[in-house]
Amino acid sequence: MNELVFFINNVVISGLTIGSIYALGAVGITLIFSILRFAHFAHADLMTLGAFFAFFLTSLFPAAGPAIGLPTAFVMLPLAMALTALSAVYIDKAFYKPLRSHGVKPIVIVMASLGVTLMLQGLIRMFMGTSARSMYIDDRKGIHRIELPFELANRPVVLTDPQILLILLLIVIVIALHLFLTRTRLGKAMRAMSDNPDLARVSGINTDTVVKVTWIIAGSLAAIAGTLLSLDVSLKPDLSFHLLLPIFAAAIVGGVGHPYGALAGGFVIGFAETLSVFNWAVILRPWRDYLWFDLPANMAFVSSEYKITVPFFILLAILVWRPTGLFKGKVL
Amino acid sequence: MALFEATNVHGGYGGMNILNGVNMSLEADEIGVIVGPNGAGKSTMLKAIFGLLRVSEGEICLRGESITNADPVELVKRKMAFVPQEKNIFPSLSVEENLEMGAFIRRDNFVHMLEQVYSFFPPLADKRRQPAGELSGGQRQMVAMGRALMTEPSLILLDEPTAGLSPLYMAEIFERIISINKAGVGVLMVEQHAKQALKIAHKGFVLVAGQNRFTDTGENLINNPEVAKAFLGG
Repeated sequence: MNELVFFINNVVISGLTIGSIYALGAVGITLIFSILRFAHFAHADLMTLGAFFAFFLTSLFPAAGPAIGLPTAFVMLPLAMALTALSAVYIDKAFYKPLRSHGVKPIVIVMASLGVTLMLQGLIRMFMGTSARSMYIDDRKGIHRIELPFELANRPVVLTDPQILLILLLIVIVIALHLFLTRTRLGKAMRAMSDNPDLARVSGINTDTVVKVTWIIAGSLAAIAGTLLSLDVSLKPDLSFHLLLPIFAAAIVGGVGHPYGALAGGFVIGFAETLSVFNWAVILRPWRDYLWFDLPANMAFVSSEYKITVPFFILLAILVWRPTGLFKGKVL
Repeated sequence: MALFEATNVHGGYGGMNILNGVNMSLEADEIGVIVGPNGAGKSTMLKAIFGLLRVSEGEICLRGESITNADPVELVKRKMAFVPQEKNIFPSLSVEENLEMGAFIRRDNFVHMLEQVYSFFPPLADKRRQPAGELSGGQRQMVAMGRALMTEPSLILLDEPTAGLSPLYMAEIFERIISINKAGVGVLMVEQHAKQALKIAHKGFVLVAGQNRFTDTGENLINNPEVAKAFLGG
């Protein structure tokens, strides 16, 4: 039973956590791509920026969290989301919109977004240095140890506050996003513009508003992902480097332009990562006497330092065998 | 006052002029049909009217007010609508959502307009929840026209509404265009099927090389031996 607990902790919970983070990033990338037709490379930096805003607000009001029994950074999340969304809207206005109105090729805007990446990373380092920081100032990370009601299980399932909040929040976001896209005037306009931008304009849809709403949603989701990831691990200025490839892989695996595909892609990449670094020897240990080989102490597909290669290989495989992704999206 | 008037319109893509002085006018209750050989600038003229193409010279007026080079969103607000020839629906949106997008600028309740569009195009009523991309060519054209009608426009521009449709559907689409017009909507359309289209037209404009070659009532154009010989296949 302890093996099962080990599996739940290291695969199910980690996979759900990191999968949710990737999903939130990938949804943003996919939405931006469907509306603006370019791959937004600075997206992972919006996540870092969001986490940075949350950290900044936490240090301003460190007592806010303990007062209501939640992590302070989580209490500050709505504000951090608003600030990140605002930044995203203004980054678009300052850097991408002028290029769009000149009618440049998408690759030029992709390059501009690489520039924005470097700029954001520079700015974040300028204000908070290069070291890792804890998002907890006046509070501590809540860790829940859940004992399983089995005799043989003497180890607990471990869940942290940010993990619980992340998964709950993701469920709320998925429902809200679904309702927004299928029930509201602006959400339908977003889908319309993704379907046929020229016709959207001819129909009288205010495309500027749709673009703005897209950045607000993408920015807010990025802030949620960045903040909760930093709450669970720590806030590092180079967070985005570790996120960029997986979130793009997730968006492409899901089929670019499909928000639900991006969600699925996020979990595919997240679980692929956790399954490939999982030590399978632990699961096999009870059966070691029946195995035809000597069980090594560590039997993972990839050592955890090379975790980043997993999304990379999935990305390559998808691009070679199914370039439209699982949900038949557009080809990047 | 004419509903729509274009005077000496010049324009084109980049440096190339395709329109070299087109003149048109249409009354509120009329159907106008633009015919002419390929490359005469028929579709280009519609795009120029709807602000999708820069007009370099000349003037376009709606109810006497200049709308030359106005933004499409502005034109939709002024009760004008445009149905492009291709890619004129939102394929992944349902039929009803396509129609709702036509009414994007409307903040009032437009349910009565949805019902009116369904009464114009009965086949759509049963398919309102179906993605528009799954419909047949003729039904897609109905969705496209329905979408354009949602703002209750006073003038609707149709770019080859029967392109690629079977003769049966073509006749049906022309029927619908007549009933839309009878409901008080001015129609200006480009058609390849010149003869059939001129039959329903109050006014016809024969364009050649970006200029009016003939401008007359539809009936007179059909009966004009010169037009019939050169443009209507004898």
